[in-house]
Amino acid sequence: MTITDSPVNNGVNVQALLGAREALSAAPEAAEFTWRASCTWRNGTHSHSTVAGFTGLGAEQQHRSTYEFDVDHPECFASEDNGATPVEYVLVALVGCLTAGVASVAQHRGIQLRSVTATVDGQMNVLGILGADPDIRNGFEEITVRFAIDADASREDLQALIAQSQKRSAAFDIVANPTKVLVELA
Amino acid sequence: MIKTTAVVVGAGHAGLAMSRRLTERSIDHVVLERGEVANSWRTQRWPSLRLLTPNWQTRLPGYQYAGDDPDGFMPAAGVVATLTGYARVVGAPVRTATTVHTLRAVPQGFEIRANDDLVCARAAVLATGACARSAIPGIAGAVPMSITTLTPLSYRDPGRLPDGGVLVVGASATGVQLAAEIHRSGRPVTLAVGEHVRLPRSYRGRDIFWWLQATGLLAERYDQIDDLTRARHLPSPQLTGTPEAITTDLNTLTALGIRIVGRLGRITDGVAQFSGALANTCALADLKMNRFLNRADEWATTSGLDGDLPPPHRFAPTQVDPRAPLELDLTSGEITTVLWATGFRPDHSWLDIPVRDRNGHIRHDGGVVTGAPGLYVLGLPVLRTRASTYIHGAGPDTEALAGHLHSFLSSQRR
Repeated sequence: MTITDSPVNNGVNVQALLGAREALSAAPEAAEFTWRASCTWRNGTHSHSTVAGFTGLGAEQQHRSTYEFDVDHPECFASEDNGATPVEYVLVALVGCLTAGVASVAQHRGIQLRSVTATVDGQMNVLGILGADPDIRNGFEEITVRFAIDADASREDLQALIAQSQKRSAAFDIVANPTKVLVELA
Repeated sequence: MIKTTAVVVGAGHAGLAMSRRLTERSIDHVVLERGEVANSWRTQRWPSLRLLTPNWQTRLPGYQYAGDDPDGFMPAAGVVATLTGYARVVGAPVRTATTVHTLRAVPQGFEIRANDDLVCARAAVLATGACARSAIPGIAGAVPMSITTLTPLSYRDPGRLPDGGVLVVGASATGVQLAAEIHRSGRPVTLAVGEHVRLPRSYRGRDIFWWLQATGLLAERYDQIDDLTRARHLPSPQLTGTPEAITTDLNTLTALGIRIVGRLGRITDGVAQFSGALANTCALADLKMNRFLNRADEWATTSGLDGDLPPPHRFAPTQVDPRAPLELDLTSGEITTVLWATGFRPDHSWLDIPVRDRNGHIRHDGGVVTGAPGLYVLGLPVLRTRASTYIHGAGPDTEALAGHLHSFLSSQRR
């Protein structure tokens, strides 16, 4: 079954993605992207971040609109809970990236999706961030993502689908592998 | 100065096979070899290494294994003996102890500076192999000075390593073999596992290479493979050639007591950090192995062989220890040696012709180098077929390229 006469429609333009892969392989400079966000402190643990522009395809690009994110901590940490915690945004990024991957890979493999839902849990012992136990790390000890997928495919095919979406996921790579991080004073 | 029609650089299996093809076509040539015939097998392979392919598959133009162990795996010394005998039988005009310093294009063809001599030829064949040097990741520089580091090219046997724990980085054919050998010597091994190709040594009573050949997978041509870049960069399968023909997968290594961790990502302040994606890496390798076994079973059924073969079965999924550590302190004294089993690269640094892509790989169409008429390359992974990676692939590859070279020479004559 070729993609063009496939009746499967998950709303992913696989032809465009494959075209982009070919075009960017030929013009590697255009494949260098820089993603950006900016953040302003409001009060207490509350901050406000926006995402609007990014660099890629050799030019400055704009989202259709500016996206806004309030970050805070819950009341049990003596905060005002004006938004999700930073670590919850990490979970949102991870599961959002994997879900996009599931849809794209399913389209490419001719699998019609009827529904995809996922839950993601991150386990954390907060003695780490409180500096109370040097043997406990600050970040998640473990993250578990559970997908429920209703689709015209065998369980084995769905296993392969989520495996491939992890393999091609930027957020999964960022979370699972060490990344060099520089924090400087402007 | 030596004038000849064609020059072949490298007297390993590919260069010797090419020599035989040129002789068949009465094309005057020389084979330049920096050491002796089968030099890398003599000097850069650890003694316990055996071919991954069974003896019955070891064939070259005009040579077929005829010993009494067709299902065995040839040791490195046996490969040296075989290639030395082969060079004699085909009468290859090998100039040993001749190091090529530069190869450049001139109006008449190619000019090769080798030792203090100049060799001029109308065609040139690069046959120095895919494993001339070890590919070592950039993070190697962050390994603490107290640690002994080595590559498979310098490794001989575990007895020469310091006592203490060994971190083997990479779990393809080389990594799994050396991890098992080193661990058995009493040095506890930690094996860092990235993307890998899992295959059983045998399936339904036949060696896996019997299946790879029978199903037509090895014969898949480079111009018919969907993602050629990926195929050419695929790690070698987790296979070992042993007298007992055993499977050496991650479950086997875990049972030996080897600690399996994720891909080595970074070393920060002497602490090695491993990927948390190990479970998915293993799941993908299991899926791909089963995909091939499905193909093998379908082929057996279509070919009417189910009656002659034991029934299909599946291997246990790779067991990943959920407590596999994400960090290992290389300064604690627990680890005394790091072995980089992170792959090999060809060395064409002496090639002074602009034929490389931005990643430094020679651009070629099935071994016909792009943009340099008369220049050919041999012995690279999936050069013309998936078999090109293995010794027996040199037969069809050299047949095709010698034919091309012959036509090239004819087209030059007026």
